[in-house]
Amino acid sequence: MSLPRPQIADFVAADGASAASTHFRLWLVAWVVVTLLLTGGSLIVGTSSIETSLSWLFSPDAQSSVVLWQIRLPRTVGAWFAGALLGLAGGIAQGVFRNPLAEPYLLGTASGAALGVTLSLIAADTAIGGLAWTGQLGLTGAACIGACAAILLTIMLSRGVLETAGLLLSGIVIAFLMSALTSLLLLTRPEMWRVMQVFLLGSTGFIGWSSATLLCVVFCICLLPAMLFARGLDALTLGDDTAQSLGLSLPSLRLTLLGVVTLATAAAVGQIGIVGFVGLVAPHLVRQTLVVTHRQLLIGAPLCGGALLQAADLLSRWVIRPAELPVGAVTACIGGVYLVVLLWRRNRDA
Amino acid sequence: MNLGLTLCFAALAALGSHPCDAAALQLRDDLGREVRLAQPPQRIITLLPSLTETVCALGSCDRLVATDRFSNFPPAVAALPKAGGLDDAEVELIVGLKPDLVLLSRSQRITQRLDELGIASFALNSASYADIAHDVTQLGAILGVPERAIALNEKIQAAVQAAGAQARQHAHGRAASVYFEVDRTPYAAGPSSFIGELLTRLGAHNIVTADLGAFPQLNPEYVVRHDPDVIFVAAADAAHLAERPGWSEMRAVKEQRICSFAADVNDTIVRPGPRVPEGMQALAACLARVSP
Repeated sequence: MSLPRPQIADFVAADGASAASTHFRLWLVAWVVVTLLLTGGSLIVGTSSIETSLSWLFSPDAQSSVVLWQIRLPRTVGAWFAGALLGLAGGIAQGVFRNPLAEPYLLGTASGAALGVTLSLIAADTAIGGLAWTGQLGLTGAACIGACAAILLTIMLSRGVLETAGLLLSGIVIAFLMSALTSLLLLTRPEMWRVMQVFLLGSTGFIGWSSATLLCVVFCICLLPAMLFARGLDALTLGDDTAQSLGLSLPSLRLTLLGVVTLATAAAVGQIGIVGFVGLVAPHLVRQTLVVTHRQLLIGAPLCGGALLQAADLLSRWVIRPAELPVGAVTACIGGVYLVVLLWRRNRDA
Repeated sequence: MNLGLTLCFAALAALGSHPCDAAALQLRDDLGREVRLAQPPQRIITLLPSLTETVCALGSCDRLVATDRFSNFPPAVAALPKAGGLDDAEVELIVGLKPDLVLLSRSQRITQRLDELGIASFALNSASYADIAHDVTQLGAILGVPERAIALNEKIQAAVQAAGAQARQHAHGRAASVYFEVDRTPYAAGPSSFIGELLTRLGAHNIVTADLGAFPQLNPEYVVRHDPDVIFVAAADAAHLAERPGWSEMRAVKEQRICSFAADVNDTIVRPGPRVPEGMQALAACLARVSP
């Protein structure tokens, strides 16, 4: 008679205390409220004064309707989904690599996506943002292909996904190579430097409903496998051997989750450029306030990431209005200050 | 009186106050450096298209031995070796060509490197309308053709004034509001930029205010709210304006009051050089065609 194989569910059952679950629900409600407040705030922050924006809300005319519902709202909704995708990708990456410093761009995905976008822009000679559906799909497709190519090369270079240190090192090498290729391509097209500079610093300026819808669809596609495999990530925290002894197939788990990271990162990068720190900081924001399973982390990190990028978008259009700051620079400032505070507190407590 | 002295006196007459010895020309460049030239340079490398065009407009195209990679006018310079750009100049190629003088814009790195290698360089600002006359005068002195410089400046000034007067007359006192997009990110040309100066001279009203700086990156919403009469945009972007969120509702987009220019015409608009009247005429012609 064979012994019953241990199930992952048995392993994580200990986490399901009801007090923690109530705490998590309250936390979720708080972040949803923050998101709604930021969405409301983004409707009244733009190139007009706040009083003017409020008067538009209550007595709209043709132009103010365009500004509110075709520019400001899709922009903040799109920023939320892009941030959510980066938060989700960051949460998964930190789980897969069991490393709190892991982030979505780790395996060369961002550099690969940037290379893909550069190639497609050179080929089509069109704009980032402000494109019709086909253009949005084309750009995201190019970013996806670039990111997939980067991650495939990374996996090939590290000869599989089993050894995380090798995978990380390969990712760094591929990222450098892809960045170098992008720079070389741009040298032949100097007029594209500024466009690419904006892409590399991130911009939410031209997110319309087509971009926002695309980001929403990709987010839903990514969330499903993330939820299904979240328990596998819980098991992985105990080490590869233990996870395997619990019946997990490590290669398929890692490949699927890395696929989700790639898709999520590529979609976000394709629409808003390379916005740093959101994917790194969002999971930390969750862990700082809660003790969570990976399923909860992968629900919480997108909420934090989305709100973070919404806040950054709000600041980027408010600080020097009617001009704009690159949203990536704003997230780097917010994220950088947050990490410094985190380190300072850790040192103080030690 | 020998040629050197003639030059020196001509330069003094044009610029002011430096003592000169028998055959040397000493001028202060726009980096504030005193540059001393024993005689008018015969082997010149230019690292900025507007300076290339100015040297040629002063009749000294044959003295150029290389240019930067962006210089493409007059057509004769296409055959010359290309020494990279201002910020990534090919120092080895420059040294190999043994120039008497390298003409460049304000760029500390290449200037310092050329100094170390003992190659004379002269920096000229080339960013505003006023820089055009200043550069023509300075180059006239350097090349030893001050009288040509005076004539060129007069010609440019007269043509610019004529283009401006004609445009204002055509507008019948109503200034068209304009948005000039430098690139698609969207960077705009403010009133203090060279392009902004040209638009002001044509009597157009720039929707970008001076306090935003020369080339602000705008919130796209700003353009929609100001709903300009005419939009100037790169040819590749002209067809895609309506796809930007909210832009399809703008009057200029709906009524196709959009100006874009071929690359060679665009060069005359963005380069503060001797072809500025052509650039102004191109801007004025489109404004006259599409303005409401």
